[in-house]
Amino acid sequence: MTDQQPLYQLRDLSKTYTRGKESISIFKGLDMDIQHGDFIAIMGPSGSGKTTLLNQLGGIDSPSSGQVVFEGKRIDNLSQGALAKWRSRNVGFIFQFYNLMPTLSAAQNVELPLLLTGLSGGERKKRVKTALEIVGIADRAGHKPRQLSGGQQQRVAIARAIVADPKILLADEPTGDLDRTTADEILGMLQQLNTELGKTIVMVTHDPSAAKYAKRELYLDKGEFVERGNRS
Amino acid sequence: MNEATLIRKGLFRKVLRAILMMVSISIAFFIFGVLGAVNKAFNAGVDVAAANRLVIVNAINFTVSMPYAYFGRVQGVDGITHVTHANWFGGYYQQPANFVQTFAVEPETYLDVYPELILPPEQREAWINTRTCLIVGQALATQYGWSLGDRIPLNSNIWQQADGSSDWDFDICGIFTAEDSSVPTNYAMFHYEYFNESLAFARDTIGWMILTTEDVSLNDQVADEIDAMFANSPAETETTTEAAFSQAFVEQLGNINLILTSVIGAAFATILMIVGTTLVLAINERTKEIAVLKTLGFQSGRIFRMILTESFLLSLIGGAIGLGLATALVMAAAEGFQAFLPGFRMPLSVVWQAFALMIAFALVTGFFPAFNAMRIRIVEAFGKL
Ligand SMILES: Nc1ncnc2c1ncn2[C@@H]1O[C@H](COP(=O)(O)OP(=O)(O)OP(=O)(O)O)[C@@H](O)[C@H]1O
Ligand SMILES: [Mg+2]
Repeated sequence: MTDQQPLYQLRDLSKTYTRGKESISIFKGLDMDIQHGDFIAIMGPSGSGKTTLLNQLGGIDSPSSGQVVFEGKRIDNLSQGALAKWRSRNVGFIFQFYNLMPTLSAAQNVELPLLLTGLSGGERKKRVKTALEIVGIADRAGHKPRQLSGGQQQRVAIARAIVADPKILLADEPTGDLDRTTADEILGMLQQLNTELGKTIVMVTHDPSAAKYAKRELYLDKGEFVERGNRS
Repeated sequence: MNEATLIRKGLFRKVLRAILMMVSISIAFFIFGVLGAVNKAFNAGVDVAAANRLVIVNAINFTVSMPYAYFGRVQGVDGITHVTHANWFGGYYQQPANFVQTFAVEPETYLDVYPELILPPEQREAWINTRTCLIVGQALATQYGWSLGDRIPLNSNIWQQADGSSDWDFDICGIFTAEDSSVPTNYAMFHYEYFNESLAFARDTIGWMILTTEDVSLNDQVADEIDAMFANSPAETETTTEAAFSQAFVEQLGNINLILTSVIGAAFATILMIVGTTLVLAINERTKEIAVLKTLGFQSGRIFRMILTESFLLSLIGGAIGLGLATALVMAAAEGFQAFLPGFRMPLSVVWQAFALMIAFALVTGFFPAFNAMRIRIVEAFGKL
């Protein structure tokens, strides 16, 4: 692996949904490179295919045609099982509605991805603690999600996304459910993860001021990218 | 935290729901345990029957007697090792409520035919030589607090003596035991001669005969020969194996097997449906959570296993509680039931059956939820927010 090689190379990517006789093309022949250490904000109107694209990057949905190449290897043709394994090692997901397990404490939620590693209980505990400290919520480790505010839950979710040290963070509207101040805190944290820990991030957002935190803004419309600015 | 925590948290996601399911399951297994023990106790005679032991009864019905002379004729049949006879005395002690299962038997041959009954040598001698001797089974002796040397009266609610009285005096000169606890020792026996001579009516009749054959393979031949011997006489006989006889005896009380199986079956069918649908709904409720686990990289097979384990836990915990309560009840009731249901206890076979049933129950109720969970597609699950 070299730094010259992009983290992701999307080649001629197409996604079509067929609903009965109708078939809807979400994007067609999409090409895109994502470099190591990038922080990309993807914007675009509702229904333009932002989530669909993110799902391709995260290996939870497969393209209708084209290739998704990650670190030089295709992932679009992997089996479900191989993809699951690949996700557990390489991807951290952050959702709009946090998607924490309601029955587990904050610390247990963060520990979940580590159950897929061979780490010992002690080592897992240490990593969970570190991740919770990074997102500034170590004092709430024992709390259940419903005892936490939206912003706090999103911090826990971010800790869960980074705890296994993935190469890419995928965030779909991570601040869509939060007020301005809290949103800024969360976005600042993502920015910090990008600049200080070198995490590559792809974030989907509707909010232009949220997009400002990214290094690059891409605008997805009618299945094509329109670059809007580059500040790195 | 480990996978076990995750499974436990999943199962107890709604504590009340989990507890209600466990209670339902424990009720099913409670019923299964208690009725299983009852059934086993009723069929104890079938289970302890010796394979080479045949019972000869009047072809009309086993409560109808036959002439004493038959005994002598059966003794001459080839292939027989021992033969003995017995009469139902239908006794009670002091008052009719104190039922005492009592037989008038031929003392020496009876013990030959039932070698599983243990009587110390000096008691055996006293039994054979004492006309008024009553030998009492250990369970019965314990029940009434009788001991060797006691002189007790027993009343019959069937027979009458020539002098009009219906109570016989006995000397307890032997207490018999059995090594195998499923062999009943809840009855008493006395000399046929003493019985026969004192009777006001129906003298020189016997209730039934029991014989042992030289080999199991001779059973049919011996039975046929005996029944043929008395064919076309006023008292035709029917010779069957002891097991078949015990089975018929139990069936006199109604088809207990069928009744118990129906009750147990109905209880299980109901609870299976309740728990099955509840689990399917419970997993549906967790679709998004399961999708999150899959997104994080949990394999479908692992999800299937985890959900199935939840239903196993549910079944085993609920089932073990039910079976435990059933065992406790059976143990508590065993003493009181000793007189008419000897060997009433929780049989190991019922315990094993219960565990097998718990596993089957878990598989049936857990398979569909686990299968559904396994098939959850991440993108679709997140779609239906
Ligand atoms: N499973 C599916 N079957 C059929 N059509 C689908 C499916 N999933 C998404 N679509 C369609 O694909 C298009 C793109 O959806 P997508 O969720 O990617 O949009 P989006 O840009 O994320 O929108 P939003 O900003 O509202 O989240 C939409 O028109 C949607 O209706
Ligand atoms: Mg979307």
